[in-house]
Amino acid sequence: MTPARQSPPRPGRRNARAAAPAAPAPPAAPAVTPPAPTRLDLLRTMLLVRHFEERCFELYSGREIRGFLHLYTGEEAVAAGVTAALAPDDAVVSTYRDHGHALARGVPADAVMAEMFGKATGTSGGRGGSMHIFDVSRRFYGGNAIVGGGLPLAAGLALADRMRDTGRVTCCFFGDGAFAEGEFHETANLAALWRLPLLLACENNLYAMGTKLAHEHAVTDLALRAASYGMPAWSVDGMDATAVALAARQAVDGVRGGGGPYFLELRTYRFRAHSMYDPDRYRSKEEIARWRARDPVTALAARMRVDGELDDDALKKLEDLAAREVEDAVEAARAAPEEPAADLLRHVVSPAEEPA
Amino acid sequence: MTGPGTLTGGGPGAPPSGAPRTVTYREALREALREALAADDRVFLMGEDVGEYGGGFGVSLGLLEEFGPERVRDTPLSESAFTGAGIGAALGGMRPIVEIMTVNFSMLALDQILNNAATLLHMSGGQCPVPLVIRMTTGAGRQLAAQHSHSLENWYAHIPGLRVLAPATVEDARHMLAPALADPDPVLIFEHGSLYNTSGELAPDAGPVGLDRAAVRREGRDVTLVTHGGCLPKVLEAAGALAADGVSAEVVDLRTLRPLDDATVVESVARTHRVVLVDEGWRSGSLAAEVAARIGEQAFYELDAPVERVCSAEVPVPYAHHLEQAALPQAADVVAAARRAVG
Ligand SMILES: Cc1ncc(C[n+]2csc(CCOP(=O)(O)OP(=O)(O)O)c2C)c(N)n1
Ligand SMILES: [Mg+2]
Repeated sequence: MTPARQSPPRPGRRNARAAAPAAPAPPAAPAVTPPAPTRLDLLRTMLLVRHFEERCFELYSGREIRGFLHLYTGEEAVAAGVTAALAPDDAVVSTYRDHGHALARGVPADAVMAEMFGKATGTSGGRGGSMHIFDVSRRFYGGNAIVGGGLPLAAGLALADRMRDTGRVTCCFFGDGAFAEGEFHETANLAALWRLPLLLACENNLYAMGTKLAHEHAVTDLALRAASYGMPAWSVDGMDATAVALAARQAVDGVRGGGGPYFLELRTYRFRAHSMYDPDRYRSKEEIARWRARDPVTALAARMRVDGELDDDALKKLEDLAAREVEDAVEAARAAPEEPAADLLRHVVSPAEEPA
Repeated sequence: MTGPGTLTGGGPGAPPSGAPRTVTYREALREALREALAADDRVFLMGEDVGEYGGGFGVSLGLLEEFGPERVRDTPLSESAFTGAGIGAALGGMRPIVEIMTVNFSMLALDQILNNAATLLHMSGGQCPVPLVIRMTTGAGRQLAAQHSHSLENWYAHIPGLRVLAPATVEDARHMLAPALADPDPVLIFEHGSLYNTSGELAPDAGPVGLDRAAVRREGRDVTLVTHGGCLPKVLEAAGALAADGVSAEVVDLRTLRPLDDATVVESVARTHRVVLVDEGWRSGSLAAEVAARIGEQAFYELDAPVERVCSAEVPVPYAHHLEQAALPQAADVVAAARRAVG
């Protein structure tokens, strides 16, 4: 983690001119940041995501999954570390590269896999697919396939919590490409202005599709620019799960404590192409190999080994467990029923409004 | 509003008792907002200049003083962010009312409205209803030139997942908001800029109106005039002129632009056998085109004359008064079209 660039705290803007009626009752127990994750916790999550993504790659090649598929391979430390800092009642807003966020958040692998198979047992009954995983029971408000489109939404979730004083935090994942969108800048300003409990988790993987960071941003120091909106903004080694977890905990605690939004630039890299459509022509094999040498999963396992927390047997067991969970999900998805086409028009409007 | 405030109000409402009050459309909207803010502490209003300024069109004047800056929230100029924040706050348990100053600026929030508000319920397999109300001014007629004069409610009426309302009377201005807030899905309310200063009578004990039916604003036998929003006063004026000439025109106010109430339109056409569609939108791809198609599908054999349309000329709305008026549907155009239809 590089040193924090903090701007001085801004005075609150709560000088209500007239007393507002009592806010609706907040959720029963105020959200509390969970205890710091162990390295084993982080490793388990990362292994699940890694196995899931690599299996999706095969399934796509075997034509069992279709549509757009954006894999998270290489970026696992970000999802594992950031979500470990969130309480069950906190909210997450994700992107089209959302499997890793969903799994790390505890969305069951079989429901995510079934969604990609377009099955009735999928998180959205097959209406969303890979890019639109939702699980409101875990306050996972979706993969959003419009670059930057989840940011205003996340600010709104945070606004609801701030107005009701719930102590909850909303975490929004987005990429370096999204940082160039107006929606990022509008949201950053709004969130800082209203001191919303929002964690802006920017996954800087150095590319927006095929466009290099330096070809999309005049100033490539994203944390520096985020700080200019009046929020603490840190750059973090996104290939180091423990560093991510530590930074995320500090940021989430700051947000939960009423410090307004925090920005984390998580420096990472995707090992696979942007999507399954992408021939990956814009970066060299050498560059990819250099980053693969910093594989966040192997790196964490290696450090645990050095510290005597892990041996070959234990690692093998963890790998097998993750592989088993993914394989079970695949089998269940294959066997699952399809949503009946007669239900095509369900969920366009809420049930009370549906024509009889 | 001038014109006979008669006939069906489009939904349940107790018969008036006590003296009706005369209020402006703007006051009716403000009363509705005040009532909603007082009734439910999940409701809040946000948008550009809704607070200290009192609303771009003065609708929310005084509400900041009454309800405070948490619930009457001035936002920065960032249509996408505050509209999206309304969506997120709705997901988070609130009942936001987002005011976008005018439909012209809503283009900057179109992504949030189309790709989030209208799709989240479906993409999430029913997990994410978005109980959000978005209000905006629409329409031309005040010499504001091309960029401030659009009528684009038909674009929004194209989108599954949204409900689109166009209150044209003080009664609808006053009473559409509560049922809109009670709707579990996103509702867009288009307020035509020419209506704010119009006035009409409001029954003291009228309740919420229905949002599913068009309203017959004037009964007639010879021709049906279908319209919505800011064109209603012009169409009622045309109906008056036609009556003076012995042509009995029925006026249907669509009120809800999505979902369209085909039944009321078709039923009227089945009685009059002639129809004129009046729409301030550009003719190509207009709401009038959609209504014409539905009449063609459902009432073709009832027609004794081709469907007539009176729409805006296909030109960016010009500034100069005479040019602007030439571009917009006028009562005289409606009269002429009705005469052609009646033959
Ligand atoms: C508004 C919008 N513009 C363009 C696209 C096409 N697109 C999808 S992902 C992407 C790159 C986004 O890059 P980044 O935000 O860095 O996220 P990453 O894919 O690297 O995780 C683009 C251009 C889109 N989906 N939405
Ligand atoms: Mg990127």
